[in-house]
Amino acid sequence: MDEIVRIDGLHKSFGNLDVLKGIGMSVKAGETVVLLGSSGSGKSTLLRCVNFMEVPTQGQVFLHGDLVGSETNGKMSYRESELCSLRTRIGMVFQHFNLFPHMTVEQNVMEGQITVLKRTRTEARSKALAQLERVGLGDKAQEYPARLSGGQKQRVAIARALAMDPDVMLFDEVTSALDPELVGEVLKTMRQLADEGMTMLVVTHELGFAYHVANRVLFLDGGVILEEGEPQHILKNPKTTRMREFLDGHSLFKLPD
Amino acid sequence: MSHTWDFATIIQNWYVLWIGLKGTVFIFLVTVILGLSGGLIIGICRYAPSRALSWPAMAFVEVFRNTPVLVQIIWFYYAFPILTGIDVDPFLAAVLGISLNTMAFSAEIYRAGIQSIEPGQWEAGKAIGMTYNQSLRRVILPVAIKRVLPALTNRGIEVFKMSTLASVVAYVETLNQANLLADLNFNPIEAYTAVAVIFFVVLYPVVQGTYVLERVLKKGD
Repeated sequence: MDEIVRIDGLHKSFGNLDVLKGIGMSVKAGETVVLLGSSGSGKSTLLRCVNFMEVPTQGQVFLHGDLVGSETNGKMSYRESELCSLRTRIGMVFQHFNLFPHMTVEQNVMEGQITVLKRTRTEARSKALAQLERVGLGDKAQEYPARLSGGQKQRVAIARALAMDPDVMLFDEVTSALDPELVGEVLKTMRQLADEGMTMLVVTHELGFAYHVANRVLFLDGGVILEEGEPQHILKNPKTTRMREFLDGHSLFKLPD
Repeated sequence: MSHTWDFATIIQNWYVLWIGLKGTVFIFLVTVILGLSGGLIIGICRYAPSRALSWPAMAFVEVFRNTPVLVQIIWFYYAFPILTGIDVDPFLAAVLGISLNTMAFSAEIYRAGIQSIEPGQWEAGKAIGMTYNQSLRRVILPVAIKRVLPALTNRGIEVFKMSTLASVVAYVETLNQANLLADLNFNPIEAYTAVAVIFFVVLYPVVQGTYVLERVLKKGD
C-alpha cells in the first residue's frame, strides 16, 4: 500500500526537555492510526511534527515518499513557503476547535480555500457546503461559531480541514474538551471519514474508538513507541507492563467479550 | 471676587471661532488618520518575531510615548529646521508632533490587541497553510481591532483635544482664535470658556456615536 506519511528517527526537544526520542512510523493510504499514551508521552508533539506545527529537532518526515525540507551535512533545514504548502495537504483538527469567531461557519470553511488555495468564491462556497453536509451541518452554514455547541464546532473544524482536500488528517485529542454527551457525534463523524477511506492519524483517549476504528494502534511512552499493532491484539494483550497499567487506568473502557 | 459674565463679544465674533473650529477639525482628521494607521503598522512591527522590525518599533514607541507632545511640536517647529534645513510651517510641526505621539500610543494598543488573541487562532491559520501575514490579516487583526476599538476611540478623543496644542506655534485652530479674541476684547475667561463649551458640544455626540458603533460591532460576535 502507498505510504502517505513516513517518519524516520524523529527527535524533538524543548530546551533541555527531550519529548520525542527517536520515532519511526508510517501511515498508509486509507489507514487510521491511533496514537495512545499518557499525558507527557509525546503523542501530541509527534502529531504536531507531522505538519510542522513543531519543527523536529532531528529526523525526517516524508509525505508521499518525498522528504520534507532539505538536508545538508545531516542537518535538516526548512523553508517557510515549503511548510505552508505542505500544511495545505495535511488537515489538522485541534482540541479547542480554534474556529475563526468573526466568520460564519461557511466563511470558516471557505477561508483557507480562498486565501491559500486561491479558489474562486463560488467554488469555495460549493465545496464548503458539501463538506458541511458531509459532517451533518449543512443547515448551520450561516451561523457564527459562538452559536454552536462544542460538538458542532468540532465538526465545523473537521469540515474546514476537509475542504482543503488533504492527503491525511491529523486529530489532536479532538473530543477532550467536549461534554461527554457531545463526544459521540464527533467520533461518529471521524468513523464515517475512516469508512470513506480518509487517511487519519489520531491522538485520542477514546479507547473504544481505537478498538473499533483504528487499523493500527501505537502506544507512546517517554518519547518512544513502546508497542504497536492491531487494536484487537494490543489492547487486549499488551506486552508491556507500562501499557497494561495505562489500559487499566482507563476504567471506563470495557473490552467486548 | 466677582465676575460679570459677558459673552457678547464672543457671540458677535463667532466666525473667528468658527474659522478656528474648522482648523481644529482639519488637523484632527489629518492626525487621527495618520496616527491610528501609522500606529497599526508600528504595532504590527512591535509584535513581529523579527528583531529587525520589533526593535526599531519599540525604540520609536518609547521615544514618542515618553516625551511631551507640546515639546515635540515646539521642537519640530524651532529645532528641526535648524538641524535639517527643511522648512517646517506651524501645521506640519503640529501634525508631526501629534501624529507621531498618537502612533506611539496606538501602536501599543494594537499590540495589546494582537497579544490578546488566543494562540490557537494563529495555529488554526497556520494549519490550513496560511503564512504569518495571511493569518495576521485574515484571522488575527479583524478580531484584535474589534477588541481594542474602545481604547482606539478613546485615543481619537484624546487627539481631538490635543489639537489645541497646535496653538503654541500659532496654527489657526480654536484655542488660537480664542487667544486672539481674548487679546482684542480683554475677556480671556469668556473666550476660554467658549473653547471648552465648543469642544464639549462637538465631542459629546461623537462619543455617543462610538458607543453605538461598539454595540453594533458586538452583535456580530
